[in-house]
Amino acid sequence: MDGARISRALARLASEIVEENHGTSDLYLVGIRRRGVPLAERMADKIADLEGVRPPVGIVDITLYRDDLSTVGAKPIVNRTELDDIENRNIVLIDDVLYTGRTIRAALDQLIDFGRPRRVQLAVLIDRGKEHRELPIQADYVGKLVPTKRSEIIKVMLNEFDEEEGVVIVERPAAAAEAV
Amino acid sequence: MPTVFNHRHLLGISELSAGEITHLLDTAETFRDVSRREIKKVPALRGRTVINLFFEPSTRTRTSFEIAAKRLSADAINISVSTSSVSKGETLLDTARNLEAMSPDCIVLRHSMAGAPYHLARICNASIVNAGDGAHEHPTQALLDALTIRERKGRIAGLNVAIIGDMLHSRVARSNIYLLTKLGATVRIAGPGTMVPKEFAELVDVGLRIAPSVAEAVSGADVVMILRIQRERQDAAFFPSLREYAIHYGLHADHLQQAAPDAIVMHPGPINRGIEIASELADGNQSLILDQVANGVAVRMAVLYLLAGGSRDGFIEESNGPAKPERKERQGNKG
Repeated sequence: MDGARISRALARLASEIVEENHGTSDLYLVGIRRRGVPLAERMADKIADLEGVRPPVGIVDITLYRDDLSTVGAKPIVNRTELDDIENRNIVLIDDVLYTGRTIRAALDQLIDFGRPRRVQLAVLIDRGKEHRELPIQADYVGKLVPTKRSEIIKVMLNEFDEEEGVVIVERPAAAAEAV
Repeated sequence: MPTVFNHRHLLGISELSAGEITHLLDTAETFRDVSRREIKKVPALRGRTVINLFFEPSTRTRTSFEIAAKRLSADAINISVSTSSVSKGETLLDTARNLEAMSPDCIVLRHSMAGAPYHLARICNASIVNAGDGAHEHPTQALLDALTIRERKGRIAGLNVAIIGDMLHSRVARSNIYLLTKLGATVRIAGPGTMVPKEFAELVDVGLRIAPSVAEAVSGADVVMILRIQRERQDAAFFPSLREYAIHYGLHADHLQQAAPDAIVMHPGPINRGIEIASELADGNQSLILDQVANGVAVRMAVLYLLAGGSRDGFIEESNGPAKPERKERQGNKG
């Protein structure tokens, strides 16, 4: 998946989101750090192209809500969560990859600590497939379904953080990369 | 890869690198947001136990650590021990062994003896946080002061910081001097000659200046830090009277006019109004005394998170404490 295809996938997701939510009123896009954040910003731009209104974008950092915090070795760096009032808002959580579902669980818990949204939906660029899920969590909007093995890693590269733009599957002990 | 913080204990600022201090401050900045939310709690330390073991009276610091632990969802237990009747060394050891048997993850210790937390760190598996040991160090105070300065000034490097008062008994001054000079500030100190320790002369190389008067220390300063006159530690006559001290070493409005126009005034509390600081300055708009208190919670959350969060493996062993330099490897590492 290259930059152009990421862009087209986001454009399709944007139109699906607008269609499902009957426009942009109340819509609040929330990106999950790190790569969900630029994706949320881009999604907001695409929605602005379609509707003429750019929905606000928030950021959640799930570090303090991780369920593996007590077992990970190095303490993960905690970054800022930036959320406005979410009470009664219509939230679309955005992340790059949906895998076990545990990140989304953490993000949902954090959202609930900030208020009671009217509705929370989930949009992801890549869904690695339902068989990997460890929690009953599914995405409402999927850029591309990429069935993968556990031994593989999905690497999403975005200009904001990486030198190039694209999505590749990598073997776990970083071997040959195959384009998705 | 940015510098991370991999210490098992927080015993003093002198053992930390500039990168580690900056990482602590960056983490604290994130935690400051948590205290501004409606639900001021995150689940990061759920199921962890933090014991506040205070052998000296304290309201601010103990409350601050307790709130910090609770906002991280840890269980906080406060123990205040009077040292009046028992031999201090024995009590500390016995208490520590008893507490250790209850498997706390973190022990926050305040003790009147310098080096007490280093001693505890040698015998306990729990992470030890020094909340003030005698006249030695008070690392979280220096960190919260730095966070306050950084919040207002945007940086530490290149600033002129004046520290006024009793250096001899002040762990706050020591920790602040270490921290501020490590991060590239120039520190000028002023106090009664009897209360400026001789060994401070060694710190001149790293950016410490010993000023002959309050006026000279404050002149052009970006930050003016006032130390508390510790009446409970005045067992010898260091100055003739409190009135005399107030005249010569108290901070007055005309001093502040010589400081930088946007200078800030700080004090670790509790304030002796009219002695080390004129009352109107403590309440004035240049005073950040209450910001310091608010930042104290954020800094202590960051410290507890970095010490008690995550797995208990992978810590770097602490370097030598001041009491016994030839420290041996800890026995029975906790997994």
